[in-house]
Amino acid sequence: MDSRLITAIEVVVGVPAVLVLYIWSTERLLSFTSERWRRRIRPWLWLLPALGFLGFFLIYPTIRTIIRSFQSKNELAPEWVGLKNYRWFFTNSDALSALTNNVLWVVFLTLFVVGGGLLIAVLVDRVRYESIAKSVIFLPLAISMVAAGVIWKFMYDFKPPGTQQTGTLNAAIGGVGLGPVAWLQSPGWRLSTFAMIMIMVWMWTGFAMVIISAALKAIPLELLEAARVDGASEWQMFWRITFPLLGPTLAVVATTMIITSLKTFDIVYTLTNGNYDTDVIANLMVKEMFTFGDFGRASAVAVVLLLAIVPIMAFNIRRFRAQEAVR
Amino acid sequence: MTDAALPADSAATPAGTVLAPPAATTAVAQRTPRGRGPGRPILHIAIAIILIVWAVPTIGLLVSSFRPADELSTSGWWTAFAPPFHFTMQNYSDVLSQQGIGAAFVNSLFIAIPATIIPLFVAAVAAYAFAWMEFPGRDVLFVVVVGLLVVPLQTTLIPILKAFAQWGITGEFLAVWLAHTGYGLPFAIFLLRNFMGSLPRSVFEAAAIDGASHVTAFFRLAIPMCVPALAALAIFQFLFVWNDLLVALIYIGLANPDNLPLTATMANLVNSLGGGWYLLGAAAFLSMALPLVVFFALQRYFVRGIVGGAVKG
Repeated sequence: MDSRLITAIEVVVGVPAVLVLYIWSTERLLSFTSERWRRRIRPWLWLLPALGFLGFFLIYPTIRTIIRSFQSKNELAPEWVGLKNYRWFFTNSDALSALTNNVLWVVFLTLFVVGGGLLIAVLVDRVRYESIAKSVIFLPLAISMVAAGVIWKFMYDFKPPGTQQTGTLNAAIGGVGLGPVAWLQSPGWRLSTFAMIMIMVWMWTGFAMVIISAALKAIPLELLEAARVDGASEWQMFWRITFPLLGPTLAVVATTMIITSLKTFDIVYTLTNGNYDTDVIANLMVKEMFTFGDFGRASAVAVVLLLAIVPIMAFNIRRFRAQEAVR
Repeated sequence: MTDAALPADSAATPAGTVLAPPAATTAVAQRTPRGRGPGRPILHIAIAIILIVWAVPTIGLLVSSFRPADELSTSGWWTAFAPPFHFTMQNYSDVLSQQGIGAAFVNSLFIAIPATIIPLFVAAVAAYAFAWMEFPGRDVLFVVVVGLLVVPLQTTLIPILKAFAQWGITGEFLAVWLAHTGYGLPFAIFLLRNFMGSLPRSVFEAAAIDGASHVTAFFRLAIPMCVPALAALAIFQFLFVWNDLLVALIYIGLANPDNLPLTATMANLVNSLGGGWYLLGAAAFLSMALPLVVFFALQRYFVRGIVGGAVKG
């Protein structure tokens, strides 16, 4: 414990000190060169630490993973196997089931979070206790998905019919004569996947709400007043004015949610570990790595995930370019 | 919060949070409640229902965490509000002494603080170069950073795990510090560069005329003026790392339980069907304590971090 504390303090104090020293000493070195060279070299020296990290932790491993996905399981002497790992992914029923679940995650998590965030943002915009209401909705985003999993494990708790239900949800539907339902152990209709999607909806709606709310406040009041004077109803004003103006914001929130859905891992790992037909590709990959030790297949799973995200990456870059052009 | 760029990631994460459109950036105008009329009561009732639905899960677990173990498995948390009002601190004292939760809490701190500080400093230097230095390829390079914002960290796990194994640092805190720095950097650079770029040009020009070097401009102007953005980023990265499960699980691993953070220890507790179940509520609240303090104390900065790239579009 003590030595770890010392290491941590060394890092916290040392890293900033090393960086300051680095900048200072590169500047000393540059002072021996001409002004022209200084202008050319200095930016790269300042970027070097960051580019080193980005290169080593994101670019290099992504390339290695793509290469590894065409190789066999054997870690000591991997052989080239062509598309075999991908063929496995797209023919194996467990992998396809995980893929199906990810599609459900993408569609429903995105839909519920964007829709819910929009609805709540519009509703609380009209009341005086807006900021308190927003805090309540936003709070789950601050906690870990593991903690959220624990919270909802108690909500979804299931006891055999006839005994007292201790789970909030089963007690509630029991009150009107329904249930009990084994929320987290029901593969039929992928009920358990939907149960877990609802946990993430609970967590992420606040995120959508905050961003949509900020965009909502940016809509000029005069615009809405003018429409009201012209006799537009609240309903018409929302669909004709507010909603179109929120379009770009909704798109941004949706892309974030699509990425979040594709990368879903913590909730599934914590609550079901993929049992009851709830597996997702990120969890499948961890299983291939540690349970089966097949780094070839695990890499292929990761590449599938990456490919699913590439369109979003392109969308983000285009959007960034457009924004920069306006600047 | 996770990975989307907040994180980004796994955060989800929030680490993937990017590029809120300019509309979101405009200062929040104070506006009066609109639409008075017969619909008002319905509006209040609708909001009240939504708030109750959102709050009940957390309240339920909070109440459960103070209930005796034997009653937890036989009756719902709401029965605690009727006599005989059985509440206890036993779960919290058990959780701190057993199951390694107390030690895991300390581990989480050891992991999260350096993993917040390192990327912050590395990103600030790079963001300054992107914002205030001219060099060929600058825009292309920054577009690469924007692209890297959404790279799923799953694609990086295997090669980095192998490299860490070769260096002999798997299972050590150093491994997660380095990894979180790498994963957190794209969002950090993106946010800081946008913020620095929005600072008034005249200030930097005046400084240059007075003979200030880039080093002086960086330490005396850019850093002090960026404090709000740095604060938002620090909170964001801290919560992302504190709440992370995947990175810790892979690079520290279940084989090194002494170094695992709270999230991984808790996930184990959920999965193990053993006797620890009644401790889950207390453990979860312990893990939430720090994020909740951060949330309530620094909500404004936190929201700014979330609205994220939108500091100045």
